[in-house]
Amino acid sequence: MRLAEAWRVALEALRANRLRSMLTMLGVIIGVAAVVALVAIGTGTKEQIERQVEGLGSNLLIVVPGRLEAGAAPTSSPLTLDDVEAVGRIVGDRSRVAVTVSSGETVRAGKRSGFASMQGVTESTPTVFVRRLDRGAYLTRTDVNTGRRVAVLGAGVARELFGERDPIGRQMTIGGVRFRVIGVFEALGQSLGVDRDGEVHVPVTAAQRLLGTERIDGLAIRAPDRERIDQLGADVVAALSERHPDTDFSAVTQEQILGVLGDILGVLTGVLAAIAGISLLVGGVGVSNIMLVSVRERTKEIGLRKAVGARPRDIGVQFLLEAVLLTTTGGVLGMLLGGSSALLVDRLSPVPAALTWWSMALAFGVSAAVGIVFGVVPAQRAGRLDPVVALRTE
Amino acid sequence: MSGPAIVATDVSRTYQLDGVSVPALRGVSLTVESGDYLALVGASGSGKSTLMHLLGGLDRPTGGTLLIGGRDVAGLSPNEMAELRNTTIGFVFQSFHLLARTTAQDNVGLPLVYRGIGRRERRERSAAMLERVGLAHRIGHRPNQMSGGEQQRVAIARALITGPSVLLADEPTGNLDSATGQQVLTLLETLNAEGVAVVLVTHDREVADRARRQIVMKDGLIV
Ligand SMILES: Nc1ncnc2c1ncn2[C@@H]1O[C@H](COP(=O)(O)OP(=O)(O)OP(=O)(O)O)[C@@H](O)[C@H]1O
Ligand SMILES: [Mg+2]
Repeated sequence: MRLAEAWRVALEALRANRLRSMLTMLGVIIGVAAVVALVAIGTGTKEQIERQVEGLGSNLLIVVPGRLEAGAAPTSSPLTLDDVEAVGRIVGDRSRVAVTVSSGETVRAGKRSGFASMQGVTESTPTVFVRRLDRGAYLTRTDVNTGRRVAVLGAGVARELFGERDPIGRQMTIGGVRFRVIGVFEALGQSLGVDRDGEVHVPVTAAQRLLGTERIDGLAIRAPDRERIDQLGADVVAALSERHPDTDFSAVTQEQILGVLGDILGVLTGVLAAIAGISLLVGGVGVSNIMLVSVRERTKEIGLRKAVGARPRDIGVQFLLEAVLLTTTGGVLGMLLGGSSALLVDRLSPVPAALTWWSMALAFGVSAAVGIVFGVVPAQRAGRLDPVVALRTE
Repeated sequence: MSGPAIVATDVSRTYQLDGVSVPALRGVSLTVESGDYLALVGASGSGKSTLMHLLGGLDRPTGGTLLIGGRDVAGLSPNEMAELRNTTIGFVFQSFHLLARTTAQDNVGLPLVYRGIGRRERRERSAAMLERVGLAHRIGHRPNQMSGGEQQRVAIARALITGPSVLLADEPTGNLDSATGQQVLTLLETLNAEGVAVVLVTHDREVADRARRQIVMKDGLIV
């Protein structure tokens, strides 16, 4: 039998049972759509996070106490501003070194109040990280050296405390201590799961006094060039270890962060795809089931075809094609459904989604494979039917 | 083809039914010469259909030897059996067995599908064959749009389209009234006159009397 003829017969059989074919396909459609949509969301999230990490600025080196590995207990920081001076000397440029000591604090202005992440920083923060002001000015070196109580607000904090009023020059309190607002950041939104608009930057010296501590939590360096970034990290870690022999220090680059995040998100996307794959499998079982019903219903037809000269293979191929046609049609529809839902999610919700060709191709390939795998048993059963027995069934 | 179309020697067929052996044929010897016209008669359950299925290559004997077109079916693979059914034998069933939802033309052309013949040629040849059985005007009709006699003539056209040397008909007139049955019978006889061997099963004395030879069966044996 020619393949073209087998396709025609398969198509005819599916058309004869339109509703049943549609319902059977639904399992495959949903499975494929789920794979395509979930992979798109996984990929979109990964791309977004990568953009955000890259958006931190290039050649960034982050130095924190403790070891950066899974399961390592958080270490309390022994670092002080003296250490920052030492690191500044290694880097050769103090403006390339940023520090933070952070703490969640209640902020208040007049009757309004809220909760903000207070960051004690130096004047070099906007140079090291990419951070733009919407209005006002950033902290100066004098502010840091003298511990002046001035604050630069994240867009969210500014809105919460001052609404539509211009906050510049107004008074507020952080943890009960009075500060004067000198600047407001541009809105940044969420980044790496943190609300960047909920930050309040104050001079590190003022923050330390408020918290009653000498410590700083960590520091970040913008390396002068990419080639020397690993060497610089090693030098800084060595210098800090010498000053604090009891503590481990770690230096990580953006590439390393991206690598780790990429791995985690890759696994996550894989898990999502696998879960969706299971629903595709269930769809495949449905196809198998319906094909068995179809073979039983058409036993007489099979008997007749064999009586006029169909070989077992001819019958098998016919039913296999029917199953494959069912799943690949479902696969194409599922791709369209999954693709358009991903685009809708991307457009209408904060969840990012990015369609990838490989996931579409994979979903289609898998649906065809599902048709073959789950069609083989019914097809073989049809092919092996004894013509006399088949013709006798009513 | 020279020599007899079908030779059965001491052929038996035993069905296994829930572990019980049911002997439907108990050693039947029969030769169908080429161009033969043979009527198979006998009581219900005597094994006529069982024998016909063996002669048509639809089933294999459990004992004895059976040569169809000179080839021993015991040595044939399922694919070779299929080819035999496709090329050497035409089978006509009591209940027609036409594909529903399929036109007369495509029903007749069905055996050619399994010869790998293209749609155009199939349509031409099946149209010609329908004309031969007097159904040129029913070419696009589906089985449920045709009378019983017409359906049986479509089935005969289908059996003939591959040019078989033997036409096996198991009670071809059993589902038809006598006038329509006559038409079908006349058609079979015309074909026989053209050289096709015809074997038919019937319960009708008159029909059987028209054959060149009569074979009477009883309890799985020829008497
Ligand atoms: N598939 C089967 N399994 C078991 N026994 C069968 C099977 N097919 C036929 N038989 C038995 O074989 C015997 C012969 O059956 P067969 O159909 O050949 O009779 P028949 O002469 O064609 O009868 P009728 O005139 O009623 O068509 C019967 O006893 C029947 O019950
Ligand atoms: Mg019978």
